[in-house]
Amino acid sequence: MHPVRKQRLIIVLLVVLFSSAAVGLMAYALRGNINLFFPPVEVLSGKAPVGQSIRVGGMVVEGSVQRSPDSLEVRFEVTDNQATVPIVYAGILPDLFDEGQGAVAAGVLDEQGVLHATEVLAKHDENYMPPEVADALEASKAAAAQAEEAKQ
Amino acid sequence: MWSFFHKLGSPPWLYRISGSILRWLLPLTLLGLALGMTWGLFFTAPDFRQGNSYRIIYIHVPAAVVALAGYYVMATAGAVSLIWKMKMADVALRAAAPVGAALTFVALLTGAIWGKPTWGTWWVWDARITSMLILLFLYLGVIALYEAYDNKEAAGKACAVLSLVGTVNIPIIYKSVDWWYSLHQPASIKFTGPSSIDPSMLYPLLLLIISFYALFTCCLLMNMRVGILQREARTKWVRKLVGL
Repeated sequence: MHPVRKQRLIIVLLVVLFSSAAVGLMAYALRGNINLFFPPVEVLSGKAPVGQSIRVGGMVVEGSVQRSPDSLEVRFEVTDNQATVPIVYAGILPDLFDEGQGAVAAGVLDEQGVLHATEVLAKHDENYMPPEVADALEASKAAAAQAEEAKQ
Repeated sequence: MWSFFHKLGSPPWLYRISGSILRWLLPLTLLGLALGMTWGLFFTAPDFRQGNSYRIIYIHVPAAVVALAGYYVMATAGAVSLIWKMKMADVALRAAAPVGAALTFVALLTGAIWGKPTWGTWWVWDARITSMLILLFLYLGVIALYEAYDNKEAAGKACAVLSLVGTVNIPIIYKSVDWWYSLHQPASIKFTGPSSIDPSMLYPLLLLIISFYALFTCCLLMNMRVGILQREARTKWVRKLVGL
C-alpha cells in the first residue's frame, strides 16, 4: 500500500478507536443512569431514592395481583427472585400485564418500601410462538411435573 | 482483486454494472418482499400472548436490522473515500444516508405502534430506543452536513469523518438490551443456540430480512446512479448517454 494511504488508514482507525473509547467511557460513567428501571433487589438494598420518581421492574409474582372491588386500584408485587417490591396503582393496566410476566412501574417509593405507581408498563419477553405450541409446551410441562410427583 | 477495486472507481463502469445488477435484483427483491409479507401477515399463526399485533415484527425487525447494517456500508464508504480519495465512495456514502434514515424511521415508527398495545406506551427513553433515535439523527446529520457545504469534496470528507465516529453507536444499539435494564426485549433470533421464536414464524421473518437487505442494495444502487449522473453531468459519456 502507498505510504500516504497507509497513513490515512491509520488515521481512520484511530478516529474510530478514540471515538469508541470516548463513548465507552461515557457509557461506563453513566451506567447506572442508562438503566430504565431498578430491580427489586436494588430497591431493598437502598440504592433507589425514596420520595423521588423512579421505575421498578421485574416479574409480577404469581397470585399477588389484588384488585379493589369498587375502584381502579390494584396491588401487586414484582420480583427478581432475590427480593420483592409491593406496588399500588390506580389506573388501567396494559393488555399484556399478567402474573408471571414482566412489568415496569413508574412512581414514588414511600417509607415502608411500597411503590405508588403513576404508570405501569408490560415488559414483553422474547418468546414468540403460536397458541397451539404454547398449549403443547404447557401440557408437556404439566405431564413432567406429574411424573415427578408419581416418582416421589 | 485490485483491478476490480480500480474499476469500482470508474463512473461509467459503475453506472453500467449497477444498471445490469438492478435489472434482475429489483424484480427479485419485490418478489421476496411480496412473498414474505403475504406469508408473514396472512399465513402464520397468531402469537400466544400478543395475538395478531406481533405481526409488525415482519416490518420492524428487517427494517431495524438493515438500518444497522446500512450504517456500516455508509461508514465503510466513508473510510474508502478518506483513504483512497475515491469519488465513487463519496457517492455511495451520500446515497446510503437517506435509505438508512428511512429504514431507521420505519423501525422507530413500527416500534411505537407496537409498543402502545403491548407495553402500554408509545415511547419510553430506554437504552435501545434512545440509541436507535441517535442512529436516525446520525443519518440525518450526514445528509445535512453534506448539503451544508458548497465544496462537495470538503462535504464528502466531513461526512466520512462523521459516519466513522458514529459507528460506535451500532454495537451499543445491538447490545443495549443485554447491557442495561431496558423495556425492549432481548433478541429472539439467536446465532448460538435455538431461537426463542417458533420456526413457523421465523422462516418468513428470515425471508423478509434477506429481502430488506436486497431492497437496501437496490435503493443504494439507484441513488448512486443518480449521484453519478449529477457528478459527471459535464463529461462526454453522460452527454452521449442522454443523447446530447
